[in-house]
Amino acid sequence: MIAYIIRRLILAILTIWAITVLSFVIIQLPPGDYVTSYIASMSASGIGVTEAEAQALRIQYGLDQPIYVQYLKWMGMIAQGRFGMAIEWGRPVMDVIGDRLTLTIVISVAAIVFTWALALPIGIYSAVRRYSIGDYIATLIGFIGLAIPGFMLALIVMYVGFKYFNASIGGLFSAEMADAPWNWAKFVDLLKHLPVVAIVLGIGGTAQMIRIMRSNLLDELRKPYVMTARARGLSEARVIMKYPVRVALNPFISTLGYLFPYVVSGSIIVSMVLSLPTVGPLLLKALIAQDLFLAGTIVLMLGVMTVVGTFISDLLLMWIDPRIRFEKQ
Amino acid sequence: MQSEQKPLLSVRNLKTYFFQDEGTVKAVDGATFDVYPGKTLGIVGESGCGKSVTAQSILRIVDQPGRIVDGEIVLRGADGNDVELTRLHPDSREMRDIRGTEIGLVFQEPMTSFSPVHTVGNQIVEAIRLHCGVNEREARIKAVETLRQVGIPKPERRIDEYAFELSGGLRQRAMIAVALSCNPRLLIADEPTTALDVTTQAQILDLLRQLQEQRGMAIMLITHNLGVIAEMADDVVVMYLGRVVEQGPVDAIFHSPQHPYTRALLRSIPSIESTPRVELPTISGSIPHPYNRPSGCPFYPRCPEFIPGTCDQAEPALRAVSEQQSVSCFLYQSQVSQGQGTKPSEGMA
Amino acid sequence: MAETTSPNIGPALPASPREMLPQELPTSQAEEQIAVATQWQLMWWRFRKHKLAMVGSVILILFYLVALSVDFLSYADPDASEAQRSLMAPQSIHWTDNGRLSPYVYGLTGKRDPKTFKRVYTIDPEVKIPVRFFAKGFEYKWLGFIPSDIHLIGVEGARADETLFILGTDVQGRDLWSRLMYGTQTSLFIGLASVALSLFLGVVLGGISGYYGGVIDTVIQRVIEILRSIPTIPLWLGLAAALPGSWSVQQVYFAITIIISLLGWTELARVVRGRFLSLRQEDFVMAARLAGCSQMRIIFRHMVPSFLSHIIAAMTLALPAMIISETSLSFLGLGLRPPAISWGVLLQDAQSIQALAISPWLLIPSIPVVVAVLAFNFVGDGLRDAADPYG
Ligand SMILES: Nc1ncnc2c1ncn2[C@@H]1O[C@H](COP(=O)(O)OP(=O)(O)O)[C@@H](O)[C@H]1O
Ligand SMILES: [Mg+2]
Repeated sequence: MIAYIIRRLILAILTIWAITVLSFVIIQLPPGDYVTSYIASMSASGIGVTEAEAQALRIQYGLDQPIYVQYLKWMGMIAQGRFGMAIEWGRPVMDVIGDRLTLTIVISVAAIVFTWALALPIGIYSAVRRYSIGDYIATLIGFIGLAIPGFMLALIVMYVGFKYFNASIGGLFSAEMADAPWNWAKFVDLLKHLPVVAIVLGIGGTAQMIRIMRSNLLDELRKPYVMTARARGLSEARVIMKYPVRVALNPFISTLGYLFPYVVSGSIIVSMVLSLPTVGPLLLKALIAQDLFLAGTIVLMLGVMTVVGTFISDLLLMWIDPRIRFEKQ
Repeated sequence: MQSEQKPLLSVRNLKTYFFQDEGTVKAVDGATFDVYPGKTLGIVGESGCGKSVTAQSILRIVDQPGRIVDGEIVLRGADGNDVELTRLHPDSREMRDIRGTEIGLVFQEPMTSFSPVHTVGNQIVEAIRLHCGVNEREARIKAVETLRQVGIPKPERRIDEYAFELSGGLRQRAMIAVALSCNPRLLIADEPTTALDVTTQAQILDLLRQLQEQRGMAIMLITHNLGVIAEMADDVVVMYLGRVVEQGPVDAIFHSPQHPYTRALLRSIPSIESTPRVELPTISGSIPHPYNRPSGCPFYPRCPEFIPGTCDQAEPALRAVSEQQSVSCFLYQSQVSQGQGTKPSEGMA
Repeated sequence: MAETTSPNIGPALPASPREMLPQELPTSQAEEQIAVATQWQLMWWRFRKHKLAMVGSVILILFYLVALSVDFLSYADPDASEAQRSLMAPQSIHWTDNGRLSPYVYGLTGKRDPKTFKRVYTIDPEVKIPVRFFAKGFEYKWLGFIPSDIHLIGVEGARADETLFILGTDVQGRDLWSRLMYGTQTSLFIGLASVALSLFLGVVLGGISGYYGGVIDTVIQRVIEILRSIPTIPLWLGLAAALPGSWSVQQVYFAITIIISLLGWTELARVVRGRFLSLRQEDFVMAARLAGCSQMRIIFRHMVPSFLSHIIAAMTLALPAMIISETSLSFLGLGLRPPAISWGVLLQDAQSIQALAISPWLLIPSIPVVVAVLAFNFVGDGLRDAADPYG
């Protein structure tokens, strides 16, 4: 059991390391460096920067040093909780990100809760009543959910809301709440806006989860322990809910490791369309403006977030699956 | 056979088919036999001949595309009343009570017969609570007691372990404990020793015999191993492609087998006396594909005594060839027509 | 199939070895051919029973036919913009004129609304513009080498300002139908190219992983695991954003293909590895090895053909993800850039609710996206079930 946790922890740390490298690559990839873009933004605001000043800046930021030294320095900065400046905003990166990261987590978790709440019962129904009309309908809806990209669903929902309900769907808060400090009313306001967002964001994953749950459960339903449970005289409902569903739940929960990155990824595009105050629109703007510290930090944060989420799901899995708990080595 | 006693379980002309897109698998196609109280009935046949499906049909737990299409399964209740199992709804209260308290089932695969995420105790206690109407604590005490009876050491500890923590032999004992927890009068053991090594096999068979003596229950022992049959069974049913081809007391089957298939089966057992390095005689050909059942006697394509024009035209019925033994084969049909059969099962067609 | 004597199932049945003996033994090569044919045939029989997969196949064939003959299907230059025709709604075609089959559309006159400054179009019932099938239009080379000027539909012999807009126009007054045709071509082929590239990565890495096993396998598996637990879109957005703005359409096209293919290879690698692992155990590979075949020969003569079917299925299932990726990236303005035309580029025009509210037809390009992705999923599912009925 300890070995399992350690292995998962090492994998999580490796993943975080890979993410830092990739984020750094993103920061480094575009031609020019931070100073180039700094000069550009300075001259845009009418302040000239001389070549000597530029060189001084480069030395100050260590940009004249080999790339791996720069990477280590960046890591050092991050370790101290300094993420650099968001050039376009002229404020520290963390300032700019503010609540947005939390809200990203909130809508992602809401989407996953929605996904599971829908996918579990439908998946169970589909497997138990295989080839029934309901199964076919669920499969078809699942396929369609899979086929509609998140942004398109967001567009359609928004259009329908606008056209037929005369409601502007979008945002996580009502206009008057958006900039208000956190309080109960704002929280309730958030809860009211959450369902539509969670549905739009979660529907693609729901389709996949239904299919996974269905095939997991079909595998389990064939196993002899189901028949022995029936032979013990349990009612059919009890047999199914207590045994195969319970066992099929384990691989299902382990899909959280993939579902989470998937939903977070999706949240970026959906946030763009629905103009949600998450890190998505910020990231897109930062990327287009080549505001690289901001972009790199967001990518890093999102990555670390999913790794932590995955790690938690691993622990959860260990908690519910005795086979992992008792695994030797 | 044991005409002095009424059978505990009578299966008559049982037909269980699996309806699939590719075709209909006639897994059991007219099986007829009786199980007597306190006795062991051995059911033997090559793998795929419908032994397990027969067991599942009796318990009414046949899997999805499968259905009992014909026949009757009569269980003589403890109160002397007959229950027709095919008339009951599989998920009805009555049928479920029969499953827990009248008939117990042990499977070939002790590993996969337990849920991998529940403790052994959980699964025994569940059955006891459901059928014996006792509370959690009493059920647990009874469960520990049953585990002890099946020879599991330190049962009060083992009860909280998972099946994958037990050795193969212990797992099968635990499985037997689950099946026996509510004192059934009939234990169906479907290849209970196939997955075990030889020593453990012998121990499990001993245990079954011993439990039978203690409890006086009947055992329906399903196996493809004639050695196990010879050791355990009082009566034997030989199945081929879902049909009973021969039945009788164990001595009769082993010493005067009548059906060509039974003879072939017996010839294929390796015996200590046989000369080493002589190729084992095998039954020629292979079992027909389940969708491709031959018409007429299902065995004729492999039968050394195939009578063209007869065997491939009609299906032989099960007819008595002696006081206790009956065979379904055209080789013996003439004797029967001379009229001395007293079998209860002539009226098949 | 329910008939028990159906000859179709014949070859699949285990033949008794004794029955085989007296017959003439076929040469080993002929035997191989029979075996291969039977395997593909069996797959086809199973696939054919999958109704949705059959429907999906037909749709996909149509899609790629469209992609191959966009010039024939479109009737206007997709890049010809005309401020006078900005945001025209789709025209409806009237099929009969005075009881005779003679399709036409009414002419439209546009005026700028003095208050909102939007162009407003009114139908001019006086002007009937005849629509002809197989009409002459701009010249093109079909499949790149057959010169032609015939188009599926068009307005023949009409004045220059009398044209057809069956799906309306975009802000710049470009014909949406023609643009959709070209976008279909781009999106479908970028999907294919990305899948081919993913496949290459997946087969090489998955193959190495599955064939050699051991430490190499562990390392590659861990790398895949790490890649899969990273939220991909931000990363690929970052990569895409890093493409220099000065790159030509072709360069961007190529770069986006690579970026998208980086998304899909892990799943393909997983499938390939799984097949390799299971095949390694199989007798015929062992036999080939014992017979002294070289490793390459083992891989390509014996292992690859036997799991080709699985790979085709996995590819078909990977394609929709590629198409969605391209569409999403381009939609966000980080994928293909105008003047390239793809489904995503077209949908970029529909980004804001304001645009949608006024001209909902800009959302039309989402229909082929959904239909194509659905079709690929159906076909992929059918192929997978056919390749591996017990899996
Ligand atoms: N769930 C099922 N679905 C389809 N066919 C089945 C199923 N269970 C058993 N069969 C078929 O029924 C026949 C008899 O199986 P079984 O009773 O398990 O044989 P055995 O004598 O080895 O126990 C086999 O041909 C098998 O393929
Ligand atoms: Mg069996």
